[in-house]
Formats: sequence, structure tokens, C-alpha cells
Amino acid sequence: MTTLDIPPSAAPPLASVTEVLAIAGRRLRRLRRNPGRLVGITLNPLITMVALGYLFSSAIQIPGSTNYIEFIFAGVVMQGALAAVGPTAIAVALDVQGGLVDRFRSLPISRSAVLIGHVIADLLISMIGLVVVVAFGLLFGWRPHNGVLPTLAGFGLVVVFTFTVLWVGVLLGMAMSNLETIESVGGLVAVVFSFLSTGFLSVDKLPGWIQPIAQWNPVSSVISACRDLWGNGAPTGTGFPAENPSLVILVSLGLLFLVTSVLSVRRYRNA
Amino acid sequence: MDLAIEVTGLRKTYDKTEALRGIDLSVRTGSVLGLLGPNGAGKTTAVRALATLLVPDGGQAKVAGFDVVAQPREVRRRIGLAGQNAAVDELLTGRENLVLLGRLLHLGGAGARRRAQELLERFDLVAAGDRPVGTYSGGMRRRLDLASCLVGHPQVLFLDEPTTGLDPASRQSLWNTVRGLVADGMTVLLTTQYLEEADYLADQIVVIAAGQVIADGTPDELKRKVGQEWLEVAVALPDRVAAAVAVLAPLAVDEPSTDPVKGLVKLQLRDGMDGIAAAAVALRDAGVDVADFALRRPTLDDVFFNLVGRQPQG
Ligand SMILES: Nc1ncnc2c1ncn2[C@@H]1O[C@H](COP(=O)(O)OP(=O)(O)OP(=O)(O)O)[C@@H](O)[C@H]1O
Ligand SMILES: [Mg+2]
Repeated sequence: MTTLDIPPSAAPPLASVTEVLAIAGRRLRRLRRNPGRLVGITLNPLITMVALGYLFSSAIQIPGSTNYIEFIFAGVVMQGALAAVGPTAIAVALDVQGGLVDRFRSLPISRSAVLIGHVIADLLISMIGLVVVVAFGLLFGWRPHNGVLPTLAGFGLVVVFTFTVLWVGVLLGMAMSNLETIESVGGLVAVVFSFLSTGFLSVDKLPGWIQPIAQWNPVSSVISACRDLWGNGAPTGTGFPAENPSLVILVSLGLLFLVTSVLSVRRYRNA
Repeated sequence: MDLAIEVTGLRKTYDKTEALRGIDLSVRTGSVLGLLGPNGAGKTTAVRALATLLVPDGGQAKVAGFDVVAQPREVRRRIGLAGQNAAVDELLTGRENLVLLGRLLHLGGAGARRRAQELLERFDLVAAGDRPVGTYSGGMRRRLDLASCLVGHPQVLFLDEPTTGLDPASRQSLWNTVRGLVADGMTVLLTTQYLEEADYLADQIVVIAAGQVIADGTPDELKRKVGQEWLEVAVALPDRVAAAVAVLAPLAVDEPSTDPVKGLVKLQLRDGMDGIAAAAVALRDAGVDVADFALRRPTLDDVFFNLVGRQPQG
């Protein structure tokens, strides 16, 4: 036999950085060949910003906020983050269907590296989208008012939020096989979670039955926190979620991340 | 005897389908096992279990000396898998696909690029190496898929229907590649529906159907199991079949079978070489013009048909 025998090795740590970077790098190369992906996640929030902030701004009055663009900007940004759920799910599902996941699973690499690689790549892609959205926001009159650190903290929260919802996309991609279903579910997530929130209207302006949904929607809490950090004058509202935004954010995002990542990796192992 | 793959009583049930009902296999290091079977026989399931992609419900399987359930990581370090569909990234170039695998296998940037270049050269893909795989032909894609399995220098290769959908030239070239790998010491388990492929490549053949082994042996052993050699005579004019049967019948073990449309007469001769000579003489004396006169041995198609009870698909 000409092949040398390899000494047994210990299992590697959770996910080797090299492996994660290799997978993420691959996704970014794909993006370069097929940049359509960026259009989706930037167009979605931009359309909302233009439609609401530019066309309807005179028709919508928000008490306690003079500038409607500033009021909706945090919601627009979260919509951009949510818009990445569908594309991430499709990227993962394509890997499963194309047999690439089988190939990766036959390699001696960490069981979570591939999925983490997807999330890291999509996070970077979303950040590119975020830069575009911020640029347009500034153009339309959005301004942060609280200085550098709180502004950056707000964007930090956006990154954490995006990271968490991307895992929802990964789970969708691992759990569903029909690409069209994934696409519609992804689109629904982006629209429902952003519009059934306090992102575009204050709670009291929403129809009665939506008010509790919007209040308890964690996306609302993240949006309020960002508005607060950017000094975009938010009406705070009442009720438990409005009074304990940090707690709601911590618990909901933490739980969401835990559940989606654990389920995704388990599905990957047994795919 | 040094075994690269040892399987006993392997079972796997999906929901209600019993895909594997206790399969035994053993493959010597450096040899080729052909796993043959009709659609749904359980070939892919067996390969997936051996490649650690699914956990079997019962039985034992060792690959390269390690148990696939207890030490999957050690198995993965020693195997290459080419699934039923080429698992390559269409948007990446061939080279990028190979470099990606090299990086995943911790060869480092330079090491991964060097290995990619070696494999592109070996698989005749240098010219196409920097084109997106989406532009490759089916044959090139298969070659890249096979190259992808080799990045980590595996000892055991699993090929699930490696030539399905390839034209004869591409198939032949892939066969040569596999033979080359085996000459270098590789152990190969390949599944196929092409009997010709198993005949050409495999040292041992295992035929499975409905999750069970129904025959195994070398290609020659299997052919022998199905039956003896027979004489096949094609008469030049189909209306002479009856005349041919009349003179040949006395030389045959039992009544010759005929295909009047093709003008074929088939018979098992009573006594070997003498029988052949006697048959030729008898035909000439009777004035039957012969278009083809040959001793035939059963092909693996006959084996398959005989065992599975219907024509193989594929
Ligand atoms: N994931 C699955 N879930 C449920 N049933 C499955 C699954 N995979 C395979 N089967 C069933 O198990 C049996 C064996 O399938 P398998 O894919 O191993 O056959 P095969 O010999 O590879 O067939 P083919 O020649 O068509 O590739 C079939 O009846 C198939 O329908
Ligand atoms: Mg199969």
C-alpha cells in the first residue's frame, strides 16, 4: 500500500476558524460572480424608506417626533436585516440539494463550521447592504444625535440582530427543501416582522388588535433601542416590553440564537 | 488478508422502507468492489452509511480499520466520496473548488493551491481550471468531482454511479482514471447499474436487490453461475432457421432455441471443441449460409437478468 497511515487525532475545537473562513470566503466569491444577492437586501429597505419616508411623510404624523425619516430609519434598517433571511436560507438549501453538504460532511471537519461560515459570509453581505441603506438614510435626512459611541452602539445592536436572524435563515434552509416555499417564507418574515412592529407607526396609531403583537414583537424592542441610541426621538409607549427593552432584547435574541443554531447544527449532522 | 472495508449485517430503515436488510461486504485493500443493483436496491444507502453520512440501525461497518459509528472522524480522514450527483460549486471555478477543499482540510493557502494544480493536471482540467464550473460539460464536472475526493489523499474511495450520464468516451476516460488510482494502492467501492462497468473495473462484485445481497463473486464466477457457454449461429437467410435447427439439434444438450426474426439459433453443445467442428461441418453440408458463428459466454447482463428477474434499468 502506498498511502501512509495517519496517526489518530483529537477532535478539533467547536469550529476551526480556518474551516469557517474557507466556507465564508467561498460564499463571498459566489457573491462576486452573482451580485444580484446585494440588490435584494438593499432594495427592500430602500423601497420602504422612499415609499414611507419620502412619499407619505407629510401624511403621517408621529407625536413627539418632528422628522418622520428619523422615526422610521431604525425600522428600515431592521427590515434590511430581515430581508437577508430568505437569501441565506436559499444559499443553505442549495448546498444541501447540490450534494455539497454531503461532501462537507464526509470531510474530517467540524460539524458546525459550514453553517457558521454561511452566517459569517451573510453577515458581511448584510453589512455592505447596511452601508448603502445608511448612505441613503443620510441623503434623505436621517441623522444620529447622540455622539459617536451611542451611534456605534446602535449599529452594534443591528449587527447582533442581523447575526441572530441569519440563524433563522440557516434553519429554514436546513429544514425546508422547496426553494419556492423558502423564498415566500423568507419574504413573509421580512414583511411581517418589520411591519407588525412599532417601526413605522407609534403603537397608538396601529389597529387595536395589532397593538399587543407590535408591542411584544422583539423587533419593536430592537428598533426602540436603536432610536434611543441614535437620538431619533421615540415615543416609548407603555407595557412590559416598552419598559424593559434590554431584557426583552437579551432574552428574545438569546433564545432565538440558541434554538435556531442548535436545531440547525443537529439537522446538519443528520442531514 | 488486509481488509479496507468490512461490513457485517448492515441495516437501515427509513420510516417504513427497509433500505438495507443485513448486508455483508468485505473489500481487500487495493481492490475494487462493484456494488450492483437495480433502482432502489439500497446502493446509495450503503455508500452513505460507509461514508459516515448516515448512522445505520444495525450491524457493523469498518472502513480503513475504523468503525463508522464509533470513530467517524478517523474514517472521514481516510475516505473520499463522490455522490450520485457531482457535488461541486457551479459559480466557482474548478480551481477554486479544489482550493476550497484544500483549505477545509488544513493544507494551508499555498498547500491548497499546490494540491489544486496537481489535481487539475492529473484530471486534464488545467485549461478549464479558471472557468466557472457552470460552463463545464458533464464529463468535466465528473472529473472535477473525482478530483475533489482526492484532495485529502484518501485511502478508500466511494463512487456512487460515477459514470451515469456520461458518453462512452468520457466513461472510458473515467474508467482509466479509476484503474490508475487502484494501481497506486487505492481501495474503491463503486456502485453502478452498468454491468459492463462492473465487469471492467471490479475485482469483486456484490449484487444487491431490495436491501439484500443476492449474489457475490468475481465477474467470472458470477457469469459461470448463470450458465455454460453456448453456440450462437446467425443464418444469412431467416427462412433457413428450420434447416439449421434440424442439423444442429443432434449436437445439442437439449432443443436449440431460435429467434426467427433475427435468424438466430442458440444451443448448448454436447462436447466442446469437437462439437464446434461438427456444427460447422453440419451447417456446410446442409448448405446453410452462415452470417455469424460464435461461442458466447454469458455477460453480466445475463447474470443480472437471471438474478433480479428483470432487465436492468439505466
Ligand atoms: N431519505 C430517504 N427517506 C426515505 N426513504 C429513502 C430515503 N433514501 C432512500 N430511501 C428508500 O430506500 C430504498 C433504497 O434507496 P437507495 O437510494 O439506497 O437505492 P439505490 O440502490 O441507490 O437506487 P438508485 O439506483 O435509484 O440510486 C429505496 O426504496 C428508497 O426509496
Ligand atoms: Mg443511488
